[in-house]
Amino acid sequence: MSMSTAATATLAVTKVDAPTIEYGKLSPILIIAGVAVVGVLIEAFLPRPARYRAQLTVALVGMIAAFGAVVWLARDLPDDHRGSVTAMGAVAVDGPSLFLQGTLLLIGIASVLLIGERRLEPAGGDAFAPQAAAAPGSQQEKDAAAAGWTQTEVYPLTMFSLVGMLLFPAANDLLMMFVALEILSLPLYLLCGLARRHRLLSQEAALKYFLLGAFSSAFFLFGVAMLYGYSGSVSLDKIGVASAGAMDNDALLLIGLAMVAVGLLFKVGAVPFHSWTPDVYQGAPTPITGFMAAATKVAAFGAMMRFFYVALPGMRWDWRPVMIGVAIVTMVAGAIIAITQTDVKRLLAYSSIAHAGFILTGMIAMSDAGVSSTMFYLVAYGFVTLGAFAVVTLVRDARGEATHLSHWAGLGRRSPLVAGVFALFLLAFAGIPLTSGFSGKFAVFQAAARGGAGSLVVVGVLCSAVAAFFYVRVIVLMFFSEPKVDGPTVVVPSVMTTAAIALGVAVTVVLGILPQPVLDLADKAALFVH
Amino acid sequence: MNLYAPILVLGGIALAFGVVSLVMGALTGPKRYNRAKLEAYECGIEPTPQPIGGGRFPVKYYLTAMLFIVFDIEIVFLYPWAVYFDSLGMFGLVEMAMFVAAVFVAYAYLWRRGGLEWD
Repeated sequence: MSMSTAATATLAVTKVDAPTIEYGKLSPILIIAGVAVVGVLIEAFLPRPARYRAQLTVALVGMIAAFGAVVWLARDLPDDHRGSVTAMGAVAVDGPSLFLQGTLLLIGIASVLLIGERRLEPAGGDAFAPQAAAAPGSQQEKDAAAAGWTQTEVYPLTMFSLVGMLLFPAANDLLMMFVALEILSLPLYLLCGLARRHRLLSQEAALKYFLLGAFSSAFFLFGVAMLYGYSGSVSLDKIGVASAGAMDNDALLLIGLAMVAVGLLFKVGAVPFHSWTPDVYQGAPTPITGFMAAATKVAAFGAMMRFFYVALPGMRWDWRPVMIGVAIVTMVAGAIIAITQTDVKRLLAYSSIAHAGFILTGMIAMSDAGVSSTMFYLVAYGFVTLGAFAVVTLVRDARGEATHLSHWAGLGRRSPLVAGVFALFLLAFAGIPLTSGFSGKFAVFQAAARGGAGSLVVVGVLCSAVAAFFYVRVIVLMFFSEPKVDGPTVVVPSVMTTAAIALGVAVTVVLGILPQPVLDLADKAALFVH
Repeated sequence: MNLYAPILVLGGIALAFGVVSLVMGALTGPKRYNRAKLEAYECGIEPTPQPIGGGRFPVKYYLTAMLFIVFDIEIVFLYPWAVYFDSLGMFGLVEMAMFVAAVFVAYAYLWRRGGLEWD
């Protein structure tokens, strides 16, 4: 009796207000999500031989369409370049979102071109395992390889990951941010374990990434709970309002801040949360490493900036010293450990750690110039990284990619073009003038110096000098030492990898010589919506 | 505190029931063991024999379990939507259509790729 009255009461009370969503403003994300779902349907209903072409076409067309949608949304931004929030305040459509989404989509296009490359393996197939579920070295795996199987699930997985990445820097509340973090991470964990060669190393990478990633997600989520406990909301705006008048000793707020920061710093691979980076970058299939290194950093730094700039500007005297410490340790450790590396993928991994430190330098500036210089750096860094990993896929011997640095000796004499392109990317990493790396470093250091973080700039410049040493050492190795007798050969790729590398070279050179248009664009896009 | 007292009492009763049943059973029950009795209690069929020296072993139940969870969660969302169908209106319909489509696509993939075949 009493239960039934209670039930009628609940039913009768209520008129729920339906939430509103402006689907048009979410169109880039929705297009890519649709592409991913179509990709799954292609896997389900198309015959095996037809899948590769269909997946590649759908993914590329979808990303180009989504890029068009980003441009369309950017043109619609009001004149003061402040954006708006949509999906009940959960997603921000503002300058930084759109700038980073555009960057991510361009990186995604280049990555899919690398993933689709099928000319490099002598026995045919792509960089991915013919049957990923087979135990490494088992008869089943050998049969699958002999039958010439290829898996095309990588394309929908990459697209799902891209959905998360597009959402991550745009997420305007912490729950949405967490959902985006998981959407981008879960497919990446899988993709890391799919390498065709060195299966055990690849599976180890996937497992390590998964375990540590799950751990860091837990930190993030617990931090979200703390911040919710403090402010009574998961919305970044409301946390910003609540924390603006915070007293010094508010434990919930400080703990929440620290734990969310741990989750974000893990994703960008900053010291001391970097230990997964070298193993995962080395073990993952190289096209995926390139995608992960470039795109995850863009997405995660976007989210990190939004978190600190929108939710916690009032707390800057608490988090800035810590982040300055993290940035210094990251730059120093990345640059110094990279010197001792003998594997080119691990070298690039440590270099990416050092670059995470440089990018943090821009973020710490806590100004519009900080945002715009960080975004510019992300564009420059993303394409250089992708290009560098693309070159790594080309240098091969009988065991697959020859990643040991000793094998790269004398490469410049045998294949001057490829070695020259790689040298250009290394010079850009080092920040030599007339490359995008120089413009990027100059912009972030300038912003940091103006923002009152002069010490950071000094450390940054010193670390750049240390880093330049090991980049130049590789160049010397390629051009001024004798080629090994049984050294690797450079395989001629199809037009897809060539296009991705050419894009990397073009961005590196153009942003080095004529950075102003992109700097202006980043300047205009530097305002977070509040 | 008073509010929580019934929960504590309930917890106490549950604990006492468990402890008393086990202790009474152990003290008073006859102990006639046979092979069937030594097996794990009500845990499904015999565990699949594991290959010697490691290797793969079939995990046939997991797909069924996953499917169950997927559809279970679907119902968890569908039911409140059905209750508030009127006030959610067009928004609810579109969102629910997208959600059901996403679940259905995953199901179609599983089915077409042979995930539902037992062997």
